[in-house]
Amino acid sequence: MAHGPQPGLSRWLYTTNHKDIGTMYLWFSFAMFLLGGCMALVIRAELFEPGLQIVQPEFFNQMTTMHGLIMVFGAVMPAFVGLANWMIPMMIGAPDMALPRMNNWSFWILPFAFAMLVSTLFMDGGAPNFGWTFYAPLSTEYAPPSVTFFIFAIHIMGASSIMGAINIIATILNMRAPGMTLMKMPLFVWTWLITAYLLIAVMPVLAGVVTMMLMDIHFGTSFFSAAGGGDPVLFQHVFWFFGHPEVYIMILPAFGIVSAIIPTFARKPLFGYSSMVYATASIAFLSFIVWAHHMFTVGMPIAGELFFMYATMLIAVPTGVKVFNWVTTMFRGSMTFETPMLFAVAFVILFTIGGFSGLMLSIAPADFQYHDTYFVVAHFHYVLVPGAIFSITAAVYYWLPKWTGNMYNETMGKVHFWLSFIGLNVTFFPMHFVGLAGMPRRIPDYALQFADFNQIASVGAFLFGASQLVFLFNVIRTIQGGKKATDEVWENPEGLEWTVASPAPYHTFSTPPAVR
Amino acid sequence: MLRGFNRLFALVATALPAGSIVAEEKAPERWGVNMPRGVTEVAQTTYDLHMLIFWICVAIGVLVFSVMFYSMWRHRKSKGYKAAQFHESTAVELVWTIIPTVILILMAIPATKTLYDIYDTEEAELDIMITGYQWKWKYDYLGADVSFFSNLSTPRAQIDNQLPKGESYLLEVDEPVVLPVGKKVRFLITANDVIHAWWVPDLAVKKDAIPGFINEAWTRIDEPGIYRGQCAELCGKDHGFMPIVVKAVPQAEYDQWLEQRAAEAAKMRELTEKTFTFDELIARGKEVYDRNCVACHQANGQGVPPTFPAIAGSAIATGPLAEHLSIVVDGSEKNPAMQAFGPQLSEADIAAVITYQRNAFGNDMGDTVQPIDILNFKNNQQ
Amino acid sequence: MTWSENAKVTAKLLTLAVSMLVFAIFVMPPLYDAFCEITGLNGKTGTKYEAVPAAVDRERLVTVQFVASNNENMPWAFRPSVVSVKVHPGEAMDTVFLADNPTGKLMVGQAIPSVVPFKAAQYFHKTECFCFNQQTLAAGESAELPLRFIIDPDLPASVNTITLSYTLFDVTERVSVNREFDNNNTGSEREG
Repeated sequence: MAHGPQPGLSRWLYTTNHKDIGTMYLWFSFAMFLLGGCMALVIRAELFEPGLQIVQPEFFNQMTTMHGLIMVFGAVMPAFVGLANWMIPMMIGAPDMALPRMNNWSFWILPFAFAMLVSTLFMDGGAPNFGWTFYAPLSTEYAPPSVTFFIFAIHIMGASSIMGAINIIATILNMRAPGMTLMKMPLFVWTWLITAYLLIAVMPVLAGVVTMMLMDIHFGTSFFSAAGGGDPVLFQHVFWFFGHPEVYIMILPAFGIVSAIIPTFARKPLFGYSSMVYATASIAFLSFIVWAHHMFTVGMPIAGELFFMYATMLIAVPTGVKVFNWVTTMFRGSMTFETPMLFAVAFVILFTIGGFSGLMLSIAPADFQYHDTYFVVAHFHYVLVPGAIFSITAAVYYWLPKWTGNMYNETMGKVHFWLSFIGLNVTFFPMHFVGLAGMPRRIPDYALQFADFNQIASVGAFLFGASQLVFLFNVIRTIQGGKKATDEVWENPEGLEWTVASPAPYHTFSTPPAVR
Repeated sequence: MLRGFNRLFALVATALPAGSIVAEEKAPERWGVNMPRGVTEVAQTTYDLHMLIFWICVAIGVLVFSVMFYSMWRHRKSKGYKAAQFHESTAVELVWTIIPTVILILMAIPATKTLYDIYDTEEAELDIMITGYQWKWKYDYLGADVSFFSNLSTPRAQIDNQLPKGESYLLEVDEPVVLPVGKKVRFLITANDVIHAWWVPDLAVKKDAIPGFINEAWTRIDEPGIYRGQCAELCGKDHGFMPIVVKAVPQAEYDQWLEQRAAEAAKMRELTEKTFTFDELIARGKEVYDRNCVACHQANGQGVPPTFPAIAGSAIATGPLAEHLSIVVDGSEKNPAMQAFGPQLSEADIAAVITYQRNAFGNDMGDTVQPIDILNFKNNQQ
Repeated sequence: MTWSENAKVTAKLLTLAVSMLVFAIFVMPPLYDAFCEITGLNGKTGTKYEAVPAAVDRERLVTVQFVASNNENMPWAFRPSVVSVKVHPGEAMDTVFLADNPTGKLMVGQAIPSVVPFKAAQYFHKTECFCFNQQTLAAGESAELPLRFIIDPDLPASVNTITLSYTLFDVTERVSVNREFDNNNTGSEREG
C-alpha cells in the first residue's frame, strides 16, 4: 500500500487516488473559471458604454449563455467536488473514496463535456444563445443547430455529477473511521452529504428536461410546444425544480468550508454545531418547494403565487441561523486575519447582503418590479461570487499548505483578497441600482440613464478578473516551494486532516485513526 | 408627407413652454439608484412595500454587522484577547429563530394584500391585447378597429455610434400605446413566437407573454405622461431592442386619438384599392424600409451577408416580381431570419417597399407594385 | 467498507437517480397538466365536457369575450364571428369562429384555447369545440368553426367577464412529420 504515484501522464489518466483526482478537479475548475471569466469580460466590455461597440447582439447572447453554463457547471460545481475528493477522506479518516475507479471516470468525462460545449462557439449558427436557463421555445423551435451538442454536454455533466455524488455518499456512509459518528463529522462533510443527495435528486431532472427538449427538436413530440398540446411553461417548472436545489448545491459546501475556517482563526469552537446541521437539512428540504419563485411573472393562480412566496420567505430563517452562528463563533474569540479568514469574513458579510436582496425578491408583488432586471443579476452574483467563489478561494488558501507542504505568500494572499473584494463590490453593487432603475438583464445595449453605473461595473469586473492572476501566481509559487508548513499549519485547528504530515502523504489513514 | 409634418409639429411642440403639452415627460434621471415611485396606485403600493422591506433588511444588517465588526475590533489575538470557549445555547438559538419568523410574518401581510390588488382584473373599462413578436409589440384595442405594431424608432446609426444618441435612446418607438388616464385598463398579454415579457416600471406591470396562452394584468394611470419600458424576458437577438412606450392622455384626447386611428384604418383599406404613382410608392417605401428592413439589410441595402443578404443587386430584387412578392409576404423557408411580413404590414406598405427595393441602392427595375397586386397575390397563392 | 456495502449504497442511489429521471419525463408533464386543469393555470380549460342538466341562473349575466390570434407565420384569416356575448350561467351557448385559408395549399391548423381569469377556467365548459381536433382547410377554403359552451353556475361571484382566447398554430408540417414517424415506428405513442 505504501507505493507512490506512477510517473508521467499515466499517473493522471489512470489514477484512482482521491488526492490526484481532487487536484485535477481543482485545476479543471480554475481553467473553466478563467474561461467563463473571459466571457464575462466580453460582456462587461460591450456594456462599458451605450451603443454596440465590440460584439453584435447574437454573440453577446452566446456570451451570457456560455458564461452562466461554464461558471455553474464548469467552475463552481467541479471545484466543490475537487475539495470533497481531497478533504472528505482525510476528514473522516478514510484511506480513499469508496469507489475509486468511478471517481476517475466521473472526472475524466468532464473535459469531454466542456470541449463539446465550447466547440459550439465555432459551429454554424453559433453557440447556444438562449441564456443558461434555456427557456423553451427559444431553446427548442428557435434554437441554433448547436443545441443538440449542448444537450449532450449537459447529459455528460449530469452523469459526472451523479457519479461524484454517489461516491461521496458511499464514502461518508461506509468509510468513516471507528468512532466518527455522524454528529462528530466536520460540517464540510455534513454539508457535502446533503449536497450529494440534492445532486442525485435533481441532476436527473435536468437530464430529463434536456431529453424532453431533444425529443421536441428531433422526434416530433411536443412537451413544450403549445401547438401539439404541450406548454412552454412546463419547461420552466421542470427546469426550476432542478434549478432551485442547484442553487443550494452551489452554496451548501461553502457553508461547510466557512464553518471550518472561522473557528480556526477565532480560536474558539463553532457555535451551534447541531443547529448548523439541522439548518442545512431544512434549507435542502425547502429548496424543493420554492422553485416557482423564479416564475412569479409567468402568470400563476394567486394561491400558487402566495404559497411560493411564503415558502421562499421561510428560507430566511435557517439561513439567518447560520449567519448568527458564525457571528457568534467570532464573538469573544481570539481572532487573527490570515487570507483564508479574510475570505471567510467577506463571505459572511457579502453573502448576507445577497441574502437580503434574496428576501426582497421573495416578496411577489415587489418581484414584479425586480424580476429579470439587473437587480436579480446583482443578487445572484452576490450570493455566488462571495458565496461559492470566495469560499472555494478561502478553502484553497486554508488547505494549500496541507496539500503542498509549503506556506503560501501571505502578503500576496492579502493583496489578492483586497483586490478581489474591491473589484467584486465595484462590479456588482452598482447592478442593484441599475436594476431598480429599470435595466433588464441580458441586453447588449441600454438606455443612457444606466450608462454611469455600467461603466463603473465594467471597471470593477476587469479589476476582479486581473486579481485572480495574483491567485494563480501565488498557488504556483507555493507548489514550487516556499516556507515549509508544519503538520498543524494553523494554531490548534480542529480535524483529522491536521494530524497527518504536510504535505499529506499519497496515502493517508491506511489504518484508521482513533477518533475521540 | 404626413409623417414629415408630424415631425415638424413635434419640433415646434418641444420649443413651446412645457406647460402647454399635455403628455409631458420627466427626463430620465442619471445615477438613479432606486425604483420609480410610479404613477398608479399599485406602483406606489409596490414601491412602499419595496422600501419597507429594504429598511427592515438594513436594520437587521446594521445589527448583525455591528456585532461582527465590534468583535473583529475587540476580540483580536493581537490585542491579547483570550478566546472564550462557549459553543451552544438553546435559548439564544430559539430567540434568533423566532424573531426572524415574526418579522417575516409582518412582511407577508402587506405583500399578500398588494398581491390581491394586482390580481383583481375585474371591471376593466378598456381591454387591450398585447402580443409580443420577435422583436416588436403589437397592440389591439378590443372592440375598436384599432391595431398596430410598435417598433423601436432609434435610428440604427445611433446604435452603431455613427450619430450622437438621443435622450430616449433605445426607449422610443414609432407608435406608442395610448391609454386614457383614470380608467381601469386590462391588458391581455400573449406572444406570437417565443416568450417575451411586457414591463413598464412606472405602472409596475410586468407579465410574461407566452405563445399559445394569454395572461392578464391591469393598470389605472393617475397622471398623463409618457412612460417607457422594455421587454424583460430574453427573446433572441434583438431582445434589448423592443421597447414599450405608454402615452397616457386625458379621456377626451384619447377618444379623439381612437377616432382618428379608426379613421386611418378605414382609409388604409381604401388606399388598398387606390393606384399610387411611382413617386408616392418610393417615398412611402423608403419609410417602410427604414422601419422594418434596415436593421438587417442595412441603410445602404448591402445587408450583412451571409445571414442578411444584400438587396442591392440581389437576384430577388432584380429578378421576377413573383419571387420578390413571395419572400416579403411569406418570408424565406431557407433563412428563418427573413420573416413573413404579409401579416404585419398593410398591402400599401408592402407594395411600396417592394417598389422601393426594386428601384433603390442602384437597382433600376423601373416597375411598380400596387396594393391591389399584393391583395391578389395573397388571395391567389399557387 | 466492504465492496458489498458500497455496492448496496450505489445501487440504492442509482435507483433514486433513475426514478428521478422517470419522474421528470413521465410523471411531471401529466402531473402538470392535471394541476393546470384543476387550478386553471395558463387558462387551460380541459377536454370535452358532458353536459349535465343544471338550473340556469337567470339572475346573472356573464360577459364572454372572444379573442383570436395566429401564431408565427400562420397565414389563415382567423377571427370570432362576434366580439363578445352575454350568457346566463348554466345555459348552453353557441358561436362560431371564422377561418379562411388564403394560400394555394392544403393546410392543417390547431387552435389552442386559453381562458382568463385563471380562476374562471375550471368553470368554463366546452361541450363542443373545434379545438378538440385539428382543422384541415384546402387551398382557398373557408370554414365556420363551431363552439358550444356552458358557464358553470358555481362560477365565483367576483367574475363578471371571461375572456376566451384561441391561438391558431400551423401544424401542417408537424402532422406530416408525425405521419412519417408513425409509419416508421408502428404503434409508438406520441403527444397531442
